[in-house]
Amino acid sequence: MIIEKFFNKWIMVFLILIPTCGVIFDEPYFITLATKVVILGIAGIGLNLALGYCGLISLGHAAFFGIGGYITGILSFHALNDEVLFSWPIAVSGSSEMLIIWPIAILVSALFSFIIGLLSLRTSGVYFIMITLAFAQMLYFFSISWPNYGGEDGLSIYMRNSFPMLNTMDPISFYIISLFWLLFSIFISLRLINSPFGMSFQAIKQNEERVKSVGIETFKVKLLVFVISGTITGLAGSLYTDLNRFVSPTVLDWHTSGEIMVFVILGGMARLYGPLVGAAFFIALEQTLGSYTENWQFWLGLILILVILFARSGILGLFDKKLKYEK
Amino acid sequence: MTFILFFEQLLNGIQFGTMLFLMSAGLTLIFGVMGLINLAHGSFYMIGAFSAALIAALTDSFWLALLASLAGAAIAGVLIEIIIIRRLYRRDHLDQVLATFALILLLSEGVRWCFGAFPLYLNIPNILNGTVPIFDNIIYSKYRLFIIFMGFLIALGLYFLITKTSLGIRIRAGQNDRQMISALGVDISKLYTIVFAIGASLAGLAGAMIGAIQSVEVGMGEPILILAFVVIVIGGIGSIKGALVGSILVGVTDTIGRIFLPELLKVFMEPSNATSVGSSIGSMLIYILMALILIIKPSGLFGKSKHDY
Repeated sequence: MIIEKFFNKWIMVFLILIPTCGVIFDEPYFITLATKVVILGIAGIGLNLALGYCGLISLGHAAFFGIGGYITGILSFHALNDEVLFSWPIAVSGSSEMLIIWPIAILVSALFSFIIGLLSLRTSGVYFIMITLAFAQMLYFFSISWPNYGGEDGLSIYMRNSFPMLNTMDPISFYIISLFWLLFSIFISLRLINSPFGMSFQAIKQNEERVKSVGIETFKVKLLVFVISGTITGLAGSLYTDLNRFVSPTVLDWHTSGEIMVFVILGGMARLYGPLVGAAFFIALEQTLGSYTENWQFWLGLILILVILFARSGILGLFDKKLKYEK
Repeated sequence: MTFILFFEQLLNGIQFGTMLFLMSAGLTLIFGVMGLINLAHGSFYMIGAFSAALIAALTDSFWLALLASLAGAAIAGVLIEIIIIRRLYRRDHLDQVLATFALILLLSEGVRWCFGAFPLYLNIPNILNGTVPIFDNIIYSKYRLFIIFMGFLIALGLYFLITKTSLGIRIRAGQNDRQMISALGVDISKLYTIVFAIGASLAGLAGAMIGAIQSVEVGMGEPILILAFVVIVIGGIGSIKGALVGSILVGVTDTIGRIFLPELLKVFMEPSNATSVGSSIGSMLIYILMALILIIKPSGLFGKSKHDY
């Protein structure tokens, strides 16, 4: 564990070092890549709470990522066109203020994760995997066939939404905003997993029957973890739309769910920084392999299979001596 | 007129359902016997379609192409089972999900590498081209009728295989108690490979038959894979009967819903709104159906009452 903690410090150093280098050498693309890693890392940290700590294998987190993304896109689309979003029961107009968009994105993702969780958590095991997948797919098809917001073509928002005192179109400012949310979500996760509530959801992963027998209502605990997890991922989706200034049904596609899951597993499950490392590795792979061959996903698939078959504790696990001895 | 349209769409729904059945029967069999959740099942659908397109281009024979789809998918299935899948049976569902997800990336890109990104086409043989009259005034595509016929033939064949043959007995025994039948001297790993190959070849056949109506392209298996998941969740995981009922239910609901929901909504709304709302809800209909069934019966229509997989 000590080595992993040491490694975590280095991750923080990198998070500051890489964009600083980007500014010094005037390489804005680096900063954009780092921002992407940070945002996808947040999405993974969200999933990690449900998947890594509570053992809820959700293959539908693209739903929340996409909902956060679409809420952001739709709100700023309406602000741009000066249309009201809906006029009943009260008139609501769009907004291009991040400080207004974030709470709405958070609320709506929480609402959707509550509904999806309420239905999916009635089941367990394989049923749960398939049902979360199916709900995400339902939203995907809805986003394709709903013509008002671009349908299959997606929705461009041209300008990043604004934040007081900062020019969000400047890569480094937007990086700092994303970094803030990353640290916030790590902080929340840390507080959660060390709380009594966190103890109970980690215990559920090990043996749900026993947790029940102690008198804890496991359904409520799981639902709450699922909602928090979905909400964090939804927030990441909101930032992702701002990063690309574009949102399309791709964010709701089940490949997105798979990729978020891959971040968690590549980095190492149930490790605080795991998803971030996984996302960084994924993006690095995409950039390096992608520059050599168009079929980089072939090699990604191969690496993934090898990791799953032979290195189950992920990249951070390689640095974790204690775990090696236990084996 | 509306009746004719309805009947035609009903047949389309059944045709779609029989293809879903070919996919979900394999999935549910593989899950029931080996306890494996196989996301890469859609890849066998794609491999079958590509093998068929390749052989059709070489020999110009549709029937050989159909055979090739069975063989190609089965061979791919056996190889992949022996190299990778076999190591996953003892792992938890998460590892299975990830490894088979990785397999999708690998196989899709591999096929794109070999065949290029452009879609291929399979031609329907002359004998199945055109339409055929059913009853007095309803005409329907011969090829789609052929698909329905094949689907039911295979359902029947599977029924006999499972209930009447000794392989079927071993498969059923495997579903009930894996350890017991390996203790009784059945070569369990060979049985697993056979079951996996059967599932893969059924998916491959479905891919080839649908490939002739649509096009043969990379990633064609994924939409239908997820529908097959919905089917086996509705039908109950592990149950072939559930897969059959679920497939027809999903196929018909999806087809009828997409066509008639907009029409139905036009009664209440202005036409342009009705079309967009109707088609959006129509595309979600089967998932709503799934949610409803889960609320009533969390383990699916024909599933075991305890869901402790």
